[in-house]
Amino acid sequence: MSLLGEPELTEDGEFVINIGPQHPSTHGVLHLKVWLDGETIKKVQPHLGYIHRSIEKMSESLSYRNFIFATSRMDYLSAHINNEACALTVEKGLGIEAPPRAQAIRILMAELTRLSSHQLWWGCMGLDLGAVSPFFYGFRERESIMEVMEETCGARLTQNYMVPGGIMYDIHPNFQNRVKNVLKQIKENFKEYDDLLTGNVIFEGRTKGVGYLSPEDAISYGCTGPTARGSGVSCDVRKWFPYDGYDKLQFNEILETGGDCYARYMVRMAEMRQSVRIIEQMIDNIPEGDFQTKTKAVLKLPKGEFYQRVETARGELGVYIVSDGAASPYRIKYRSPNFSNLSALEHMAKGAKIGDLVAIMATIDLVIPDVDR
Amino acid sequence: MAETEKMIFPAQLHETADGGIVVSKLDDLINWARSNSLWPLVFGTSCCAIEMMSAADAKYDWSRFGFEVARATPRQADLIIVAGTIVMKMAPVLKRLYDQMPDPKYVIAMGACTISGGPFFYNTYSVVKGVDHLIPVDVYIPGCPPRPEALLHALITLQEKIKNETYFRSDKIEMPK
Repeated sequence: MSLLGEPELTEDGEFVINIGPQHPSTHGVLHLKVWLDGETIKKVQPHLGYIHRSIEKMSESLSYRNFIFATSRMDYLSAHINNEACALTVEKGLGIEAPPRAQAIRILMAELTRLSSHQLWWGCMGLDLGAVSPFFYGFRERESIMEVMEETCGARLTQNYMVPGGIMYDIHPNFQNRVKNVLKQIKENFKEYDDLLTGNVIFEGRTKGVGYLSPEDAISYGCTGPTARGSGVSCDVRKWFPYDGYDKLQFNEILETGGDCYARYMVRMAEMRQSVRIIEQMIDNIPEGDFQTKTKAVLKLPKGEFYQRVETARGELGVYIVSDGAASPYRIKYRSPNFSNLSALEHMAKGAKIGDLVAIMATIDLVIPDVDR
Repeated sequence: MAETEKMIFPAQLHETADGGIVVSKLDDLINWARSNSLWPLVFGTSCCAIEMMSAADAKYDWSRFGFEVARATPRQADLIIVAGTIVMKMAPVLKRLYDQMPDPKYVIAMGACTISGGPFFYNTYSVVKGVDHLIPVDVYIPGCPPRPEALLHALITLQEKIKNETYFRSDKIEMPK
C-alpha cells in the first residue's frame, strides 16, 4: 500500500489530526498533519511557514555589518554561533582573520551558548515527557550563563556580539571569574541531571527503542548535529572543518550507535560535558592583544561565492553568500540544521505511537524560526 | 498601611457571633479575584517565548503573581501573551485563537515584533507590522526580546488595569461632568 496516496487512506478508516500550529510540544508554531491508524502513526506531514520572516530576502538589502543581527533571531538558542558563522563568512570574503584573542572569546561564547541551549532542551524534554521538575533545574544553570552573557554582551538572548573581523568589544573584567563559578555550579549539578532523568525507568521506557533512525537514513536525509551523531554518523564540523582554532583544542566528538531517542539524549548529555571541557581549557588561556581586526567602515566583498559552516547546538549551519561586489550581499542562503533534521521526522515517527511523536520531536530539538527563517 | 490592606483584600471584615460579614463593592471583589489568577495561553512563536519561559522559571517565577497556570487550550485561558513575530500565515490562526477565548480576555504584545514588526519592519514581505492590526492589545512591552522583569512589569500593569474595571455600574446613572 502506498503511504503517499492520500485520498484512499482516509477512506480506510484512518484518522487525520492536526498538531499545531499552537501546541506546547511543537516548540513553536510547527503544524503537523498526522495520519493515524488507531494510535499508530501512518504518516506525518510537517506544514511550514508559520514563522517565515523572510530573513534571507531582508539580508539582501542590509550591509555586511548589519545582516548579522537577523541570524540571532533565526536559531535564537544558538544566537552566538549563528552570528559567528556570518562573521566568518564575511571574513572569508574579505580575506582577513580574527585576532587570536577574538577567536578564543568566540569559542568560549559559543560553548557557553551550546551549554545553555542543551540545558533548555533538557528541561523542555522533561516537560514534553510529563516531568515538570527538569525544567526548573535546567533553567537554574541556564540563568547563570545568561548572567555571563548579559555582563559581557549586554543582552541575554540575542547577543549580536560578533562582527566581521572579531568581536564587538572586549570581555568584561569579571568574565573569567564568573565563568569559573558557572562551570563549578554546572559540574556539581550534572549528577542531579542524571538522577532526575537519565536513569529514570519511566524515561528510559519512553525513549529506548523509540524513533529509530539508521545511519544511512541520517545521511540521506541530511541530518547533522546530535540527531545524526545519535545514529553513529560522525559529522561534527568542529572536528571535520575546524574554524576559529577548534583544531588546537582537546575534545571528543560524541557518537552513540543506538539511533533511538535515548541515544540522541545521551549525545547531548555528553556534549555538555565536552563543552565544559573546552571552556576549562580556554578560560585561563585567553591570549592578550586586539579583539578586532581593523576593517573599513563600509565592507565590500569581492565578486564571488563564499560558504562557511559551523556547528550550532543543533547541527551544521552553513552560510552561503553570493556577492556582486556591492556593499550588500546579492543573495544569502542559510543551510539550517533544523530544516534537514525535521525532514527525517516522518521516517522516525512512522509506525510509532502518537505519544512517541512528542518524544521524537523533543530529541530532534527543533527551533521553528530556524526551519522557516 | 490601610492602603496596602485594601489592595490585598478589597473589603471590610466585621466579626459577629455566628461568623462574619464582608462589606465590599462587587466590582472590587470580582476584579480582585480575576486579576490575581490570570491564566495565560501557551503561545510563543519565536525568541520572546524563551524569555517568557525564563519568566516562568524559579529565578523570576511568575507564579508569585498568579500566572503559573499556563493553559494549552484557548478555551481555558484569560490572557494571551503574543510572544514573537506574527507573519501573514499565522495571522488567521492568532485571530481564531483569540476568538476562541472566553470573555473577559486580555492581550499582552511582547516584544518589538508584535508592536510594529520590530527588526522585520523594513524589506520583508511576510511579517505583520504590529499585532494590533489583528487583535486589541492591552499592554505593550518593548524590547527584542524584553527581559523577564519587563514581562512581569507588564503582567502587574495588566492587573492594575483589571482592578479598575467596572461590571455592575448602571448606565442610567449620570456621571458628574
